[in-house]
Amino acid sequence: MTTFTNFRFDVDGDGIALATWDTPDRSMNVITPEVMEELAHLVDTVAVDEAIKGCVITSGKDAFSGGADLTMLQGLSAQYAKLAKEKGEEEAMSFFYEESRKLSLLYRRLETCGKPFAAAVHGVCLGGAFELALACHFRVLSDADATRVGLPEIKVGLFPGAGGTQRVARLMQTGDALQMLFKGEQIRSLMARNMGLAHAVAPRDQIVQAAKDWIKQGGSAVASWDQKGFKLPSNKVYSAAGMQIWPAANAIYRRETQDNYPAAYAILEAVYQGLQLPMDLALKVESRWFAKILRSKEAAAMIRTLFISMQELNKGARRPKDVPQTKLKKVGVVGAGFMGASVAYVTANAGFEVVLVDRDVEAAEKGKAHSHKLMSDQIMKGRAKTADRDELLARITASADYADLYDCDLVIEAVFEDPKVKAEVVQKVEAVIRLDCIFASNTSTLPISGLAKNSKNPVQFIGIHFFSPVEKMMLVEVIMGKETGDKALATALDYVRAIKKTPIVVNDSRGFFANRCVLAYILEGHLMFVEGVPPAMIENAGKQAGMPVGPLSLNDEVGVDLGLKILKATKAQLGDAAIVPEQEQLLARLVEQEGRQGRKNRKGFYDYPEAGPKRLWPGLTALQPKHLEAEFLDMQELKRRLLVTQALEAARTVEEGVITDPREADVGSILGFGFAPFTGGALSYIDFMGAKNFVALCKELQAKHGDRFAPPRILHEMAASGETFYGRAKDKKAA
Amino acid sequence: MPDAYIYDAVRTPRGRGKPDGSLHEVPAVDLAVTTLDAVRKRNDLDPMLVEDVVLGCVDPVGEAGGDIARAAALKAGFGKEVPGVQINRFCASGLDAVNLAAAQVMSGMKDLTIGGGVESMSRIGMGASGGAWPVDPGIAIANYFLPQGISADLIATKYGFSRDDVDAYAVESQKRAAKAWDDGRFKNSVVPVKDINGLTILAKDEHMRPGTDMQSLGQLKAAFVQMGEMGGFDAVAIAAHPDVEYVNHVHHAGNSSGIVDGASAVLLGSKEGGEKAGLKPRARIKGFASIGSDLALMLTGPIDVSELALRKAGMTKDDIDLFEINEAFSAVVLRYIQALDLDPAKVNVNGGAIAMGHPLGATGAMILGTVLDELERSGKQTALITLCVAAGMGTAAIIERV
Repeated sequence: MTTFTNFRFDVDGDGIALATWDTPDRSMNVITPEVMEELAHLVDTVAVDEAIKGCVITSGKDAFSGGADLTMLQGLSAQYAKLAKEKGEEEAMSFFYEESRKLSLLYRRLETCGKPFAAAVHGVCLGGAFELALACHFRVLSDADATRVGLPEIKVGLFPGAGGTQRVARLMQTGDALQMLFKGEQIRSLMARNMGLAHAVAPRDQIVQAAKDWIKQGGSAVASWDQKGFKLPSNKVYSAAGMQIWPAANAIYRRETQDNYPAAYAILEAVYQGLQLPMDLALKVESRWFAKILRSKEAAAMIRTLFISMQELNKGARRPKDVPQTKLKKVGVVGAGFMGASVAYVTANAGFEVVLVDRDVEAAEKGKAHSHKLMSDQIMKGRAKTADRDELLARITASADYADLYDCDLVIEAVFEDPKVKAEVVQKVEAVIRLDCIFASNTSTLPISGLAKNSKNPVQFIGIHFFSPVEKMMLVEVIMGKETGDKALATALDYVRAIKKTPIVVNDSRGFFANRCVLAYILEGHLMFVEGVPPAMIENAGKQAGMPVGPLSLNDEVGVDLGLKILKATKAQLGDAAIVPEQEQLLARLVEQEGRQGRKNRKGFYDYPEAGPKRLWPGLTALQPKHLEAEFLDMQELKRRLLVTQALEAARTVEEGVITDPREADVGSILGFGFAPFTGGALSYIDFMGAKNFVALCKELQAKHGDRFAPPRILHEMAASGETFYGRAKDKKAA
Repeated sequence: MPDAYIYDAVRTPRGRGKPDGSLHEVPAVDLAVTTLDAVRKRNDLDPMLVEDVVLGCVDPVGEAGGDIARAAALKAGFGKEVPGVQINRFCASGLDAVNLAAAQVMSGMKDLTIGGGVESMSRIGMGASGGAWPVDPGIAIANYFLPQGISADLIATKYGFSRDDVDAYAVESQKRAAKAWDDGRFKNSVVPVKDINGLTILAKDEHMRPGTDMQSLGQLKAAFVQMGEMGGFDAVAIAAHPDVEYVNHVHHAGNSSGIVDGASAVLLGSKEGGEKAGLKPRARIKGFASIGSDLALMLTGPIDVSELALRKAGMTKDDIDLFEINEAFSAVVLRYIQALDLDPAKVNVNGGAIAMGHPLGATGAMILGTVLDELERSGKQTALITLCVAAGMGTAAIIERV
């Protein structure tokens, strides 16, 4: 009998083979070149051995498989670059195309080998692994809660290139198929069956039998799309039905991506072209697009930041190695306002005991009620049970007595942003906590080192900066004061990991990392406004550049009055030169004369009517000293200004030592303020453009729009040396 | 270069473009035959003198497919020697057919030609011929494909036309069309569609709603709201015109061109060609042009193309007595008047497609005939005819009475 390393292969008395995928020494099955080689051999074995009727593929692990090894794909790109240098573009491309479609051809070989294949899936089955299942003639999923199928490639700038686009588009209505491919969501078993992605759902211990039964009962080895008379679920592309689908699909693509995501575009192309062709040619077209997208800088950037770096940071890349795992049990939260209440919720949700303290019991209870509301929302959505809510609430103790914090391992303060108030809280807390308790401040504006001066124990004093809304925002900035020690850092990182958020470690500075970039973005919007750019155009430039909201809208969310307050505070502390007077005048006019504070009072740059969507305040144009004609404005430049100003600020944080690891700036910029994800983040934006080009662009913008675009020294150096942020970080590590 | 003269222009009445429309029973080719036959009989024309029949048709499939111009010429008994060609520039096809027929004369290669158009929207259906432009992602996305209604709403939004503005224009179109019919201003051009026994099937435009007022239009809901929001098209409109915050949807069936059936034909020729056939010229083609323009606005091509045609004819807008711009949507006409700074009293004086309907491929030649009649009736000299065109184009022609 044939033997494999990655599969167990057994043929039963009925002549049905069972291939159990179980790669040794790995917790998860992953598609690697070796797995592909063995699978090819396995398909050939089943095809030629007359004693074998058909084959069931299943997994020997708790999950089916997470899909292809992304580093394998990255390696392919490196080989391409090498070949292109040595043998020229065309030969390299030809190699790359053939290599990158190997998995697709392998699956097609499985699908057309003449013997029926069935997939018996339990646990996650994603990406290339689900494409394997889709190539099988029959799919049965376990009914376990852990079972999820899906094609999440789009989330890292890729798309399913091993037949996924073609098979999904032949299994369901075109509109549904496109939506599934665009979203890349993980789908539960019953939903998958309803969508037509699976044939059956069964208890985990019966899936293999169900798959075998299907083969025994004469399951066809010819996929429906390879049978004569096959009809596409949404009829032909060029049909009345197609006219209902494609124009809207093209428009929705632009609405959802602003045409910034080549992988999403490639999905449209592959499905549109593919549905007009027989399967083999359709797969070829898909492969052509896959080879193109795999070489795109968007894919490279997104894989690096959103997959590799994020995973590394989540696993504690920045955690001091020699500090033993902290044993957190009880967390204190001081200040039960909006932020504190939310921090209490996410902490209790992670299973910690929480003491929520405010100046009186009513205030503390009100903060606790926030958790009740959030859990009730979850229950309404079917994502939690009443018992879950009761248990979570039981973990939160609302109190007005600081003494209740005595046995906490970590205390996070989220009181009013006033140095005096904070100082008082530090002293009150330190009077009751154990000596080894870590004290964290959730400040967004006050330097940590300054606050730490109030502490008896600055080594154990650290910043843990949450973003609002805490329940949704995945980023946490961990801020190192001048004296903050390793234990405090390790504790903070262990805590952030426990609440399933992604940490970045930032050295102390006014605004830390994220808010500095955000303020630069908002400032640029304000200055465009003062220049006379139509307000809608400023907002659309932000959105088209890839930001989640325009700068004026963002300012409304943060609070126009808060913006003005920060400006005034900055001016008071750092002098007139530290702020832009036009911005101050604009905000003062809005807040002080027009009473427009932002979303909070339903009046900011926008009006927020009770019913209907927000609309730009018609009075805005009267606040603009001049008005520029939209037709004569360069939209490209507006978009660039909005991204460049943020990237410049990120570069400055590197120069100042606030950011020490480019991965953190990139991940932080995407998770923290939604910096155009297709760029890979604020520093990748510069790296992929090349420092030289970026500096040239900055100088051009500086000449036109002022010294805020002056590139800092670090960028000049990088432009001269040809370095990248990531290259520098690697060198530094090696040194 | 020889001059191209207009010797005659005819059209069918326009039937409601639905199964309950009077012309629904009439095949498209028979609509075209009606006009070709009229040209022949009214002018006592030897059809063998016609050297080409150019017909516009926007959805040339099924019975309208496979070169309907040749089929119509044959069925009209023009003889096997008379060739025909069908062309398509969407809504301007009928005028482009006239321009092409005129161009053949002006090139000196032909002496007598017919240009016109035909569309049976009730029988074939708008969009039946498909096409890559809205569907193929490689074309649609980069070029900001929008359904025309969204483009019209975008024009209204961008250039500040309110719902009241566009409705008021529609009311005026209905009024002018009703009066023109009442005064018999179309009687020279409209030829009834008859059955095989000579019984009249339709003699008058049946899409008109003469009693239309602001109140009745006010009750209609904007037609493209859902398409704009759910279909993603508002976002495309804004992406192309980022100075627009949101699209103000103002168009509906009452202020947009009607879907109708109909055909048209214009007899053109050189001086010699006319003399040989014993014809008296009514007007001369002074110039014509086609142009591509903004894709998302799509329907502002008439502005650019009118300026180009005027330049080519060595004229200015002040040299034009009457403007005839197809009423695809109210905002198209309002923006045209605004951009060229025209006197509204000179534009579409006898109403247009909002009242009477827009049989896509036929309209261009129809409105050329309408304005020629009006020049003669009012003793004026010059007119400019223009249509907005899908995929962001525009076509225009300038005529002058002789």
